[in-house]
Amino acid sequence: MLSIDRAIVDAIVAHARRDHPDEACGVVAGPAGSDLATRHIPMENAARSMTFYEFDSMEQLRVWREMDDRDEAPVVIYHSHTATEAYPSRTDVSFAGEPDAHYLLVSTREPDSEEIRSFRIVAGVVTEEKVCILDAGVDPHAVQSYMFGQSPATVDYECSGR
Amino acid sequence: MAIEVRIPTILRSHTGGAKIVEGAGDTLGDLFTDLDSRHDGLKGRLVTDTGALHRFVNVYINDEDVRFLGALEAKLNDGDSVTILPAVAGGALGFAAVAGPRGLRAEPPAGR
Ligand SMILES: [Zn+2]
Repeated sequence: MLSIDRAIVDAIVAHARRDHPDEACGVVAGPAGSDLATRHIPMENAARSMTFYEFDSMEQLRVWREMDDRDEAPVVIYHSHTATEAYPSRTDVSFAGEPDAHYLLVSTREPDSEEIRSFRIVAGVVTEEKVCILDAGVDPHAVQSYMFGQSPATVDYECSGR
Repeated sequence: MAIEVRIPTILRSHTGGAKIVEGAGDTLGDLFTDLDSRHDGLKGRLVTDTGALHRFVNVYINDEDVRFLGALEAKLNDGDSVTILPAVAGGALGFAAVAGPRGLRAEPPAGR
């Protein structure tokens, strides 16, 4: 299960809204070997496309080296879908090359609500997972205004602060 | 001639879990052939059946993307460091029918 700060979720959604209708993408780094996403790194979408995203290879090298130096890993790799649901496409699955990452998808197809879902993608198999929002207690309404997954069970607000 | 090669998590099943391996070769293609002799199957994850660098990986010599250095023809020198990373990409479509900056070609969806 992914654990992520509410402020980072807000920043990811803001990034996706800012780049809409193009797809936005980025990373949230965290301690290597953990499922805790702590450092938000918005990345440039080198494809600048409404239907495709691609990290710039030189920016990626810089960011991956920096994570290595800090004993971090790409705990979250996120991107937006701007006209479809927040579910990995076949292209997303074929490119998914970080077996330890949580692939977070944000859909901005609705103008006033966002759908956010998190998946593991390992050897072509997609598995949806729960998301633990840290500090959700600060303003639970702000978090609950996002639509996480298909059912309310997808988000665990109880893990807040523990 | 020793070249240090950094292997991403997803390919470490071919290197017994090793993050860094050593190899030799005058070009990147030679290096991959040399690595494959000790790390079975690694080359097939980096090079397509038609002999091109696979689009699912980014390969760097020192600080440069090899796509700008001649890809598999890129020259190597003793002491160079090669880094392999998974390319991070995707999209809303069912398959990559989109020409990205590297001229990604459309591929038929898996299973067809
Ligand atoms: Zn996608």
